[in-house]
Amino acid sequence: MQLDDLYRRVIMDHYKNPRNRGTLDEESVTINLNNPTCGDRISLQLQVVEGKVTNAKFSGEGCSISMSSASMMTEAVKGKTFDEALEMAEKFSALMKGEPVEFDEYEELDALSGVNKFPARIKCATLAWNALRKGIEQQQESH
Amino acid sequence: MNINAIREQFPILHQEINGHPLVYLDSAASSQKPRSVIDAVNRYYELDNANVHRGVHTLGSRATDAYEGAREKVAKFLNAGAPEQIIFTRGTTTALNLVASSYARAMCGEGDEIVITQMEHHSNLIPWQQAAKATGATLKYIPMQPDGTLSLEDIEKTITPQTKVVSVTYVSNVLGLINPIKEITQIAHRNGAIMVVDGAQSTPHMKIDLQDLDVDFYAFSGHKMCGPTGIGALYGKKALLNKMEPIEYGGEMIDFVDLYESTWKEIPYRFEGGTPIIAGAVGLGAAIDFLQEIGLEEIDRHERRLATYAYEKLSSLDGVALYGPKENRVGLVTFNLEDVHPHDVATVLDSKGIAIRAGHHCCQPLMRWLNVSATARASFYLYNTEDEIDRLADALLQTKEFFGHAIG
Repeated sequence: MQLDDLYRRVIMDHYKNPRNRGTLDEESVTINLNNPTCGDRISLQLQVVEGKVTNAKFSGEGCSISMSSASMMTEAVKGKTFDEALEMAEKFSALMKGEPVEFDEYEELDALSGVNKFPARIKCATLAWNALRKGIEQQQESH
Repeated sequence: MNINAIREQFPILHQEINGHPLVYLDSAASSQKPRSVIDAVNRYYELDNANVHRGVHTLGSRATDAYEGAREKVAKFLNAGAPEQIIFTRGTTTALNLVASSYARAMCGEGDEIVITQMEHHSNLIPWQQAAKATGATLKYIPMQPDGTLSLEDIEKTITPQTKVVSVTYVSNVLGLINPIKEITQIAHRNGAIMVVDGAQSTPHMKIDLQDLDVDFYAFSGHKMCGPTGIGALYGKKALLNKMEPIEYGGEMIDFVDLYESTWKEIPYRFEGGTPIIAGAVGLGAAIDFLQEIGLEEIDRHERRLATYAYEKLSSLDGVALYGPKENRVGLVTFNLEDVHPHDVATVLDSKGIAIRAGHHCCQPLMRWLNVSATARASFYLYNTEDEIDRLADALLQTKEFFGHAIG
């Protein structure tokens, strides 16, 4: 068990300097999600224009893995269509299962591949992506 | 107390985790099991297994004797009086839900009060919250002092003649403090209320005398006191249990069943519908034998020594915040490391073979009171040592260093 596999430099950088932390001024959809087993929580805001995520911000509380994952996810999905974003969420699930996927769209996400070796922490990494999925599905259902 | 001889009896402790000897500091979540408990469960399945209270055959009698023998052991262990006042349940949660769903929902109505505290485990909070909603009773909280303790003055003020039920944990699973149960019970009784106690964190660690405490209901779990998971019990005073309706219907709990009407067995069977976890009860009995052989007073002393040692050791570290009172605490310390989330602390400690708990400890309202989202917790039992606490303290220093370096 190598801690450096989990706490890679990129992750710690996103933890220390989270991107897109805060709230959107524009009209947006908000998704609140908890991880009831450990108390992590995220509030994700998505600005949506014609089936596209044009902007994303998050707030919440959690460990380095959940917060850095949220930071990376918001960076990664900005400008993506719903389908593209959901595809990335699928890919992220595969990454958490230890499958060999790469994120050409946003390479920093590859740094989270080490989480797979820490099964108790997978839920931390997927929290933000689950919020994204929920938000997009809600949008798709309401249209 | 010969700690090495005790450790020898716990097979699980003698292994390496991530290349380090295991340091198990999560007994408040679930304790480890001694050889005698594991053997008792195995022996039951190998020699005596059958359903209880039904079979005419020899194994049926043996299983019944083993199961009822365990009930008698529990009754003696808690000085609970008559064994039929012990109802076997899945654990503390089921036991507390039984009181809230059966007793409280039948006895409470609008204008009545149910009194609890903000330090309760969700299992002793939500059942009352829901019972209050269902009956129209008011849910009230005894305020907590800055260190989390309850003052007699506040207890007196909160419990009124309108109060029907008071339910308080004996020991807080987060703050490690011991509540004045005997005094609260007297105040509850003086106001005509019944007293319910969550004994999940007290039963494994200290001598319990239910007749002396005079509480009306008391719940605990086997798995936190060296017994198996899936078994626990509810103690209730006979007069109250006799007034209560079952909340589960089916096998074992019936007296006579007709097409449109049925009647129930006497207590405790009325509340034990379905085939019970017989091997679990046998294992719980073995756990009680094991703990009594060492002596609960001895165990209590050992843990308090560890708690004091840990509290002093951890409070001497820079950047460690401790929660709960310093004095009169049981064997656990809840803490946070500055700038490091407790999950991250737990992961780093695990990489060094040290098992602790991180999260909200099923106490979200208490976390809000403490103004934190989560904490780390190290909890001790009879098999833990001062050396292990030293290893915890060293590992915390290394965690701080690791994150200090990683975050830059």
